[in-house]
Amino acid sequence: MNVSLMIPLAAEPGNRNVTVALFLAVVAVTLYITYWASRHTKSASDYYAGGRTFSGAQNGLAVAGDYMSAASFLGISGQIALYGYDGFLYSIGFLVAWLVALLLIAELMRNSGRYTMADQLAYRMRQKPVRTAAATSTIVVSIFYLLAQMVGAGTIVGLLLGITSTSGKAVVIAIVGVLMVFYVTVGGMKGTTWVQIVKAVLLMSGTVLITFLVALKFDFNISKLLGAAADHTGKGEAFLQPGLLYGKDLTGQIDFLSLALALVLGTAGLPHILIRFYTVPNAKAARRSVQWAIGLIGTFYLMTLALGFGAAALLDTGKDSAIAKSKGNIASIALSENVGGGPGSFGGTLLLALIAAVAFATILAVVAGLTLTSASSFAHDLYSNVFVRGKVSEKQEIRVARYAAGGIGAIAIALAIPAQKLNIAFLVALAFAVAASANLPALLFNLFWPRFNTRGATWSIYGGLLTAVVLVFFSPVVSGKVDPKTGASLSMFTDTGIDFHWFPLDNPGIISIPAGFLFGIIGTLLSKDRSSEARYGELEVRALTGAGAEQ
Amino acid sequence: MQDDALSERNRRAYEAVHEADDFALLKKRYKNFALPWTIAFMAWYLLYVVCNNWARDFMSTKLVGHVNVALVFGLLQFVSTFVIAWLYGRHANRQLDPLADGLNAKYKRERRR
Repeated sequence: MNVSLMIPLAAEPGNRNVTVALFLAVVAVTLYITYWASRHTKSASDYYAGGRTFSGAQNGLAVAGDYMSAASFLGISGQIALYGYDGFLYSIGFLVAWLVALLLIAELMRNSGRYTMADQLAYRMRQKPVRTAAATSTIVVSIFYLLAQMVGAGTIVGLLLGITSTSGKAVVIAIVGVLMVFYVTVGGMKGTTWVQIVKAVLLMSGTVLITFLVALKFDFNISKLLGAAADHTGKGEAFLQPGLLYGKDLTGQIDFLSLALALVLGTAGLPHILIRFYTVPNAKAARRSVQWAIGLIGTFYLMTLALGFGAAALLDTGKDSAIAKSKGNIASIALSENVGGGPGSFGGTLLLALIAAVAFATILAVVAGLTLTSASSFAHDLYSNVFVRGKVSEKQEIRVARYAAGGIGAIAIALAIPAQKLNIAFLVALAFAVAASANLPALLFNLFWPRFNTRGATWSIYGGLLTAVVLVFFSPVVSGKVDPKTGASLSMFTDTGIDFHWFPLDNPGIISIPAGFLFGIIGTLLSKDRSSEARYGELEVRALTGAGAEQ
Repeated sequence: MQDDALSERNRRAYEAVHEADDFALLKKRYKNFALPWTIAFMAWYLLYVVCNNWARDFMSTKLVGHVNVALVFGLLQFVSTFVIAWLYGRHANRQLDPLADGLNAKYKRERRR
């Protein structure tokens, strides 16, 4: 299948030169930032937490940059372009989730933690078991998310540059992997944060521009845009109503509920989001960062409505179209070419290349954040506090974190290249489900339940993690899901002969989230250990007032 | 690791703050905002999810032009998120921060004793 024939996009030589030039510009800017950051990174607090000197607004931009992955940028607008209203539902869960982070987690985390998610949990628990559990979950969640991003990067960057062969895409994946390892080993949290800030500014500006151009075409009349999308897709009003993508039968409806729960509860348990709260000087700034993030992310998702419905109204999104074949991923980019003046025009070419470069920057910023998170957790939690038990200097620990970043990058590249042949888009939803089932129960119990103890913490983390992963392994997303129309496999194993699923839902959240909480309660009550209760008062004071918090 | 005398002093300072009336007030004010609002926005969000699944006729009701209940309900989720984030910020600035700052200062004083 020759994609470049179907997509008169970046694959055209004229377009490709502009796109490549802008890609290189993104790489140059981020490399310079990393170099600059490396000269301002000396202590462990610089490396892990960016020196805790970012302002609320800066960190808010970085949080938004960390959170809005290519799946958000290209995926959600693409889903809206293909499935109309239902495509919009993901973004609502993604946004409302931030209230959990704002009201229950961000400030308390900032005050009572240090560098990693495990620091917060280990505060009043036995270090070794709790850190091992928290680091395991941190690394598993980050690797799932990372794999989805890297495989996505291969496909998306491949599409943008007209690279269609598997080996070509493998090269793209390797380049993205090497860049992210470079940002993280050299620039640490300072470099990563600035890369995310730059990406957020690029993403917001690019999206505002395209939204404005779409709105101009429809006289700033949302009803007119919706009507045009409904007409042009030939789906009529059904395109604007629930039901085209989710909840076609009772199983589907319960599955959608299950997904919605994971989305809304997962965000506040994502380790790469949690460690962002350590980069600001105090709880007030952590609160300001979340408020900024909510404003930015909310505005962005509102604009994806214009992007998605705009693409549906202006472009061919039919069954055999290039947009449908890319699963919607190129909708925003094709739309930018269209509203810029159409294929071949100067404006079209420029806007296409611009938005493609934004997508590239988006991927780089997100993968860097994930790599840093897992490397920090490996060095600070596992190496320093479990393997050698506090007998390392800060310098040694940072050196281990840098090697770990290299190791995680290598693993991610090695897994992502063969994973190209598999359907692994479900990994993002799985990362959210694990975060909601394993991390959130432990964090909430630790903050609000005095009796919670070491066994409760390890049980909720391992219990929630295993329940989510096992259920997904035996779900239709891994095996046995077949498109009724085409007969093609929709599962991770694309061989339709392989089918070992017994769990009916794609999303495990509705079972695994209550299971995570339940494991936490049972584990706690089954243990006679009351030592954690003695330090609860201390944790409470620290979390609420910031007394003795890391400076 | 800290030496024992220092950590003992820290422990006592934390205890002193924990016993303070202001701390009980801070805790009460925080929980009285965070818990009801968390329940409220979760219920509001789940209502939206449930309507998408099981109240599709209602959701498909047209309001103005091509704009239907589903879209407006979705947009209201954005509005409620923005409003609650703003309300919490205001509550924290006015009701929580002054108490937290005072208690933090008390902690520092106690540690020096």
